[in-house]
Amino acid sequence: MSTMLETRTEASAMRRAMLRVKDGFSLRHLLAAGQWAVTLLICAFLIVPVVMSILAGLTVNYFRGVSSGLTLQWLEQVWTQYHDSVFLSLEIAAATLIITLIIGVPAGYVLARSKTRASRIVEELLVLPIALPGLASALALLVLYGGITAFRTSAAFIVVGHVVFTLPFMVRAVAAVAASTDLRTLEEGAASLGATFWQRFTTIVVPNVRPGIVAGALAVLTLSIGEFNLTWMLHTPDTKTLPVGLADTYASLRIEVGSAYTIVFFIMTMPLLVAMQWLGVDATGQRGLGNKPRRQRKTPSAS
Amino acid sequence: MHDITFPLRWRIALIAPALAVFAAFWLLPMGMLVQVSADGHAFDTYRALLANGRYMRSLGATVVLSAAVTLATLALSVISGLLLARREFFGKRTLLALLTFPLAFPGVVVGFMVIMLAGRQGLIGALSLRLTGDKWVFAYSMTGLFFGYLYFSIPRVIVTVMASATKLDRSLEEAARSLGASPWQIMRDIVLPALSPGLIAAGAVCFATAMGAFGTAFTLATDIDVLPMTIYTEFTLNANMVTAAGLTIVLGVVTWLVLAVARNVTGSAVAATA
Repeated sequence: MSTMLETRTEASAMRRAMLRVKDGFSLRHLLAAGQWAVTLLICAFLIVPVVMSILAGLTVNYFRGVSSGLTLQWLEQVWTQYHDSVFLSLEIAAATLIITLIIGVPAGYVLARSKTRASRIVEELLVLPIALPGLASALALLVLYGGITAFRTSAAFIVVGHVVFTLPFMVRAVAAVAASTDLRTLEEGAASLGATFWQRFTTIVVPNVRPGIVAGALAVLTLSIGEFNLTWMLHTPDTKTLPVGLADTYASLRIEVGSAYTIVFFIMTMPLLVAMQWLGVDATGQRGLGNKPRRQRKTPSAS
Repeated sequence: MHDITFPLRWRIALIAPALAVFAAFWLLPMGMLVQVSADGHAFDTYRALLANGRYMRSLGATVVLSAAVTLATLALSVISGLLLARREFFGKRTLLALLTFPLAFPGVVVGFMVIMLAGRQGLIGALSLRLTGDKWVFAYSMTGLFFGYLYFSIPRVIVTVMASATKLDRSLEEAARSLGASPWQIMRDIVLPALSPGLIAAGAVCFATAMGAFGTAFTLATDIDVLPMTIYTEFTLNANMVTAAGLTIVLGVVTWLVLAVARNVTGSAVAATA
């Protein structure tokens, strides 16, 4: 009885399936075409404005179009007017990188090696500055340190903001790599041969987490050079970084100048992005910590 | 569990510098901000803030905008990310490199990109003028902001979708297809559930970023009524520190809640990168 019922339902399911295969086939083609259309539209949406702004920065008169001729005059104007902001941004990025390397690499290593509750809490805390809006961190810094004029008006004020904001990227990049390597076994080996902690840190830990350090460094530099949310609140007329200058030009100068300035920004970030592509670093800084440590955590501890 | 190669004093010594910087330049200032926002009597100050129609409309608009951006980004990125993860075609590597290029753009540049597309001298305006005789300019409004955040979020989410899509077991889909499931059913019952942890995490980041983003709105128009702009106006133009601090705390709490819920659902670390 039940087998007969089953056969009957199976047969009707087969019939339905065959019918579906027929119009499912054309439907699938239609869906694939739609998928292509959406993808191409997204590509156009992302790429066309970049091309347009590069063109606009090189055009004599953008309103009249490229036919008005190509020129480098806007780039020159931007350079004479804003080259300070370019150098300041590079200096701030370099200072931020040095500080995040010094404090972030050891922290990432500790967090990867310690699986205690306390280390999880520390990890949570360190990530807070990027989980909350940059505006919050900036206002908080202003409230507490805004009164100390010498600090407030120096570039160090911006560096401090950038360090707090980029530190999690360095820590997580290093921690992700450190967690995926069996540092503990290597270190135990070295320790049994009489290596001191410092020797182990410089000859085993640092070389092993180097990919993480490189990934973190690239992320820190890129984020620092492009940071606006914090920097806009923290800057003074004497400490204008590149994105702050960009906002100024967009608001007040002609579109060709804004575009030329944007070209300068592209030229500055391009090497970093190419390096990230080349090394396979995820520019969002999420893959590094999202997947690797979790996989690591699932495998039972070797000891 | 005891780790002889890594004694506690070394752990503390190595993490202390990072914690010190964090405490001095984030935790302490944040505590101060909370204190300022309370203005002596926390309950009354916050009640006044939450009862203020203008601020709450601003908060509501920000939440609706961020949710809309998140949904649109997820839908578009799933459609496109599945294609990009599964098909091989000429120039794919270059295309992917170009797609991830905007990842490093700050909000201000994203705003400028929207102006390039839909501003007064934008491409869409020029095209629509030729086609319909009407010049479409929508960069300097909430719509412009929507497209700006879309521009900002799509590359991030596509990367996530592609990463999860390459891990999908295609034999499951083939089995479903052989059993007569329609493409729509396969999508709903197999592909989307498999992608969902990644999607929830990416969506939460997308939402949080849109909530706190400031540069794009700043470039497009300073009168767009989203909460970060309201905070900025209160702080700079009205010099109303108490309100600015209070609204910042509200914005922070809402953002943090979304991330916390998403993380509880997916179990992975989630953070915004504005």
